[in-house]
Amino acid sequence: MRNKFADVFYDLGKDDPKLCIVVADISPAGSIAKFRTDFPDRFVNTGVAEQIMIGMCAGLAQRGMRPFAYTIATFTLYRPFEFVRDDLCYQNLPVTIVGIGGGVTYSTLGGTHHAQEDIAIATALPNMSVIAPCDPSEAETVTRWCATQTRGPVYLRLGKAGEPDLTLDAAEPWEFGKLRYLTKGDDVCILSYGPIMKKAFEVAERYRAAGQSVSLISAASVKPFDDEGAVAGLKRHKKMVVIEETAPVGSLGLKIKALAYEAGATCDVSSFCLQDEFMHHYGNHDELLAAHGLETGAIATALGLD
Amino acid sequence: MSETLSNVFDAGAARRRCLTYRRRILDISQQVGALHIAPAFSCTEIVDVVYNGLMRWDGEDTPDVILMSKGHGCMIQYVILEEKGILLREDLDLYCKPGGRLGAHPDYGVPGISASTGSLGHGMGLATGMAYGERLQDRDGQIYLVLSDGECQEGSTWEGAMMAGNLALENLIAFVDLNDFSGLERMSEGHPAFHPVIDKFLSFGWEGVEVNGHSADEIHEAVMNREGGKPLVVVSKTVKGKGVSYMEHVPIWHYRAPSPEEYKQACDELVEISA
Ligand SMILES: Cc1ncc(C[n+]2csc(CCOP(=O)(O)OP(=O)(O)O)c2C)c(N)n1
Repeated sequence: MRNKFADVFYDLGKDDPKLCIVVADISPAGSIAKFRTDFPDRFVNTGVAEQIMIGMCAGLAQRGMRPFAYTIATFTLYRPFEFVRDDLCYQNLPVTIVGIGGGVTYSTLGGTHHAQEDIAIATALPNMSVIAPCDPSEAETVTRWCATQTRGPVYLRLGKAGEPDLTLDAAEPWEFGKLRYLTKGDDVCILSYGPIMKKAFEVAERYRAAGQSVSLISAASVKPFDDEGAVAGLKRHKKMVVIEETAPVGSLGLKIKALAYEAGATCDVSSFCLQDEFMHHYGNHDELLAAHGLETGAIATALGLD
Repeated sequence: MSETLSNVFDAGAARRRCLTYRRRILDISQQVGALHIAPAFSCTEIVDVVYNGLMRWDGEDTPDVILMSKGHGCMIQYVILEEKGILLREDLDLYCKPGGRLGAHPDYGVPGISASTGSLGHGMGLATGMAYGERLQDRDGQIYLVLSDGECQEGSTWEGAMMAGNLALENLIAFVDLNDFSGLERMSEGHPAFHPVIDKFLSFGWEGVEVNGHSADEIHEAVMNREGGKPLVVVSKTVKGKGVSYMEHVPIWHYRAPSPEEYKQACDELVEISA
C-alpha cells in the first residue's frame, strides 16, 4: 500500500510542480526515494521534528503549494496534534497528512507506535477528511484524489507493505464521501475499511458457506461518512457487521448503531474493533489483532457461524 | 551499597563487557527480525558506563535512574538487565513474541525500565521532572538520560533542556549518542545547522563535555571530573553500528537483522574492539 502510494505520488509529482512532500526522518519507500532524487527541492526532510513537518506543510499550502506530510501514523497525527488542528484544520488548508501503519500494524514496536485511536482523533477535527483505503488498488485511487482536491486537510491512513489487492473486481468504483460496494448481496452486509478488510473477506466466506448472500462494503471514506448510504444498507440487509482496526470510541461501529436507531432500522448490527486498552503484547500484526479479539475464527464464533 | 562513586574504573573489564553485550544482541537477532542493532551498538559503552560505573547498586535496587530516551536502542538495556538478573533469560527468549513482555521499545512496568519510550523526544521532559522530583523530596537520585542525536531535532528536547537549565538540575546527566545519523541520513549533510550540538546545551545553562563515546573510561572520567551546579551533558561521538564493519555508518542496519552468514561474520569480528 505504501509502495503504491509512492508510485502514484511520483507519477503525479513529476507533472505537477506544486506537489511536494515533507517527511520527518522517515526513509522514503520505493518511488518516493526516486522522487527525492529527481526533484530534491520538493522533498523536504525536517529531521525528527513532526511539529514543523506539519507547520511547514501549512505554510507551503498557504503560499500555493500542494504538500503531503509523511511519516508513521502516530507521528503524523498525535505528536503534532495541535499543529494539525490549528494550522491545517482551523485554517482549512488542502494538505494531506499520510499516516503509515494505522492501527496496530507496528506490532512489535509497542504502544508508542500503535495508532489505535487515530480514527476517533482525526474524525473529531472539523474540516478534516479521513480516508483509509483497504488495498493497494484503492490506495492508488484515493492518492490521486488527495493530490488534486482543494477541499481541505486529509488524513490518509495507510497500512504498511504487502497487503493483497482485494478490490480489483469491485462492484463499484471508489468515490469520495460514499460507501463502496465491493460485492452486492441480500442477507448480510459487512462493512470495513483499511487493511483489516482482509478479515472481512474471510468472514464473508463463512457466511457464504452458511448459505447467506453477502454484501461487502469498503468505507474508505471514513469522513465525510456516507450516512445516507449506510441507512440504505441497514434497510436493505437483515444483518450488518462492522469490522475495523480502531478503538471503540469514535468507531464506525458506534456510528452505524446510532444511524440504525435514528432511522428506525430493524437490521441487527454487530461490531468488532480494537479494545479500549493499551495491550502490552508483541508478535506479528495478526497476533496483535488476535490479542484484541480481531481474529476471523473469534469473529465467526461471535456471529454464530461455527 | 556503594554510596560514593568510585574514581576507579576498569577500562579493560568494560571493553570485555561491551563485547559480550554486543554478541548477546547478535544472538537475539537470530531468533527474531524486529530489532535495532546499530542503534544499540552505538550507545553500548555509554549505557555500560551508566549501569556499571555510575549507578549505585544494592543488589537489584538503585536510588538512581537510567532513562533510555532513544527507546529503540533498548536492546543494550535488556542484555545488561539480563546480566544483572533483573530480567530473565526467558524474557529475552520471548523478545517481541506472543507471551513475552519485552518489545522493540522499553515499556514502563517491566523490571528495570524507567519509562515507556519509543516516540523520540520524550526523555528530556521526563528526566527533568524526575530530577526535580528528587530535589523536592531531598533525595540524591541521579537521573542518567540517554539521548540520540536525532531526537535533539525535536523541539521538546530543547524545551526540557531549557527548563533543566532554569532549575540548575545538577542531578540530571544527559548523554548524547552523537553518531551523526538519524533514520534517514547523515545529519551533518542534511541538517548542518544541527552542529555543534554542545553549544546549544551550554547556552541553555548546562555544563558540557565532548568525549569519544566508545571509550568507556573517557565517558566515566567526564562525569567524575564535572564542575557541578548545573545539569551535565556528555556529548559522545559514536559510530552507528560500532564493532561490525559492514554495519558501521550504513543506514539499513538501523532496523535490519543479519542473515546467518552476516551473523557469523559479525561474531568473528566481535572479538576485539577499538575505542
Ligand atoms: C517522535 C518520533 N518520530 C519518529 C520516530 C521514528 N524513528 C525511530 S528511530 C528514528 C531516528 C533514528 O536516529 P536517532 O534518533 O539519531 O537514533 P540512533 O541514530 O542513535 O539510532 C526515527 C525517526 C520515532 N520513533 N519517534
